[in-house]
Amino acid sequence: MKILAIAEQREGKFKKTAFEITKAAKEIADKLNCEMVSLVIGSAVESIASELGGFGATRVIVVDDPQLNYYSTTAYTKIISEIAKKESANILLLPASQIGKDLAPRLAVKLDAGLVSDCTALKIEDGNIIATRPIFAGKIISDVKIVADVQIFTLRPNVFTAGSSNGAPATVEKVAVELTQADFAAKAVETKVAVGRPDVTEASIIVSGGRGMKGPENFKLIEDLADVLGAGVGTSRAAVDAGWRPHDEQVGQTGKTVAPNLYFACGISGAIQHLAGMSSSKCIVAINKDKDAPIFQIADYGIVGDVIEVLPVLTQEIKTLLGK
Amino acid sequence: MKIAVCVNHVPDTEAKVRISSDGKTIDKAGINFILNPYDEIAVEQGLQLKEKFGGEVIVVSLGGDSNKETLRKALAMGADKAVLLKDDSIRDSFAVAAALADALKEINPDVILLGKQSIDYDNSQMVGLVGELLNLPSVSVVVKLEIQDNKIICEREIEGGHEKVESQLPIVLSVQKGLCEPRYPSLKGIMAAKSKPIEEKQIPAVNSKVETISLRMPQSKAAGKIVGTDSTAVKELVRLLHEEAKVI
Ligand SMILES: Cc1cc2nc3c(=O)[nH]c(=O)nc-3n(C[C@H](O)[C@H](O)[C@H](O)COP(=O)(O)OP(=O)(O)OC[C@H]3O[C@@H](n4cnc5c(N)ncnc54)[C@H](O)[C@@H]3O)c2cc1C
Ligand SMILES: Nc1ncnc2c1ncn2[C@@H]1O[C@H](COP(=O)(O)O)[C@@H](O)[C@H]1O
Repeated sequence: MKILAIAEQREGKFKKTAFEITKAAKEIADKLNCEMVSLVIGSAVESIASELGGFGATRVIVVDDPQLNYYSTTAYTKIISEIAKKESANILLLPASQIGKDLAPRLAVKLDAGLVSDCTALKIEDGNIIATRPIFAGKIISDVKIVADVQIFTLRPNVFTAGSSNGAPATVEKVAVELTQADFAAKAVETKVAVGRPDVTEASIIVSGGRGMKGPENFKLIEDLADVLGAGVGTSRAAVDAGWRPHDEQVGQTGKTVAPNLYFACGISGAIQHLAGMSSSKCIVAINKDKDAPIFQIADYGIVGDVIEVLPVLTQEIKTLLGK
Repeated sequence: MKIAVCVNHVPDTEAKVRISSDGKTIDKAGINFILNPYDEIAVEQGLQLKEKFGGEVIVVSLGGDSNKETLRKALAMGADKAVLLKDDSIRDSFAVAAALADALKEINPDVILLGKQSIDYDNSQMVGLVGELLNLPSVSVVVKLEIQDNKIICEREIEGGHEKVESQLPIVLSVQKGLCEPRYPSLKGIMAAKSKPIEEKQIPAVNSKVETISLRMPQSKAAGKIVGTDSTAVKELVRLLHEEAKVI
């Protein structure tokens, strides 16, 4: 048995999930008493590879090629499946990020593997990996196992904690995989990433506003709080449908699934489709003027009050606390 | 242009989902099923491609007889033909993909559209599985697309932004909200759908690679603490977040 852990990077920097995946892989490797190897793919990424050592990696394979400056589904599928075969790895761990979700099913076919996506827990029973994943938008939790020789799991970001690096080193091996034009049948040619606030799927704190914000202009209050905390900005479908906020901020069943340490729901009623996207947040704060709003049933802390009045005071108080 | 759209029949988002007595499946009794919301976007995109380039839109669904309701909805929106891959048993994603890929190979479309995910099991696997099984390129979570001759340029959603992807037809795409707004079926469309064909096909069994051990309800959380009713509560809230929850 051998685990291959895929560490995602963008523009030469590891994503937080890279450390989460490494740590999770290390824990399973210890429990199953098997080897693990990490894999980093990209252009000019060799220098960062050893960072994974601090999270439990001992051996890191790097496929470093200037053609890989942008993500390519087809090329990455080829690289990972070739390395998996060469290493005889039979357990693959990837993040349930946009790249991980894109790759995992293609790898499953290539490696004749079973795939479980978006896991929130992995445990070992009688030498088998049992994966836990929410289904029906979190209304039901399922425990599943793979009945195939090769097993692939994608792990929900922010759920498996990486902790901080212990500074341990790792050996880095550069491996070349031959890539031809045909391997880039689908290739990214440009990325447009907004700089500034983190995306909701990656933020450890999210400040979300809903219809209770009353209009797009009041989202300034949401943004102010988010900026003090270095948080991402989220929203409900009602605010998106009203044209107040862009789609990519929508949290919920038809938006993004998030699991931050702290989630502020401001003027959001807590409809089941919204809860579907954020109920696994570790701490939830609701500010809503209706004491019967369903959001209070899952909130850890609540203020029954007017968001327009409460938010500026909250931002100021947190500024003071953080010494800003 | 030949366009195929894979559509799934899923419980309504409001549905109260219960676990069957076997502890492994969902009790379907009393649940209202709908055309998967993302697949509605895929159907709309298919119709728009047909309006632009001509051709036909074929919708494909795998499931029991009740999936015909979802196929009818897609036909009422304007799809030309429907194929039902009949199977009442439980299949994992791979087993569904294998049957879809077989049917799609026969249809031989230029563009295959799927939803970003089914809102029942939330797997988000089908686009990659079908793409790899058909040995075609795939692009997932597409929010914008443009086709010129044989070339396609898509924008897909990534964390914090978008990624522009180039590829060739034929291609498999999964669509995300924001790509287009699904139309409502017109009365004429609903009438016309009644006489449009739904071809039924029997499909071979495929072994599942993922086995459900058990389903359970999520642990319900104890009700939280209401700290106050106006901004005078803010000080205490911040103290709790800092000292008790230790999240700031
Ligand atoms: C197929 C489908 C998919 C969906 N997917 C999603 C999804 O992904 N994400 C999502 O969010 N929704 C989704 N929805 C919509 C969902 O059902 C709700 O309509 C939506 O979440 C409501 O948004 P809201 O809470 O902002 O608005 P509302 O439900 O209108 O709630 C506004 C809240 O603000 C409070 N309020 C008003 N004024 C103030 C004030 N001054 N101060 C404090 N509080 C105030 C009110 O008491 C109320 O509780 C989906 C629906 C369907 C049918
Ligand atoms: N039984 C099915 N029949 C037809 N299409 C399906 C079926 N299941 C999934 N799909 C398609 O695959 C997409 C992604 O589903 P999933 O990978 O199950 O989350 C859906 O949005 C549909 O387009």
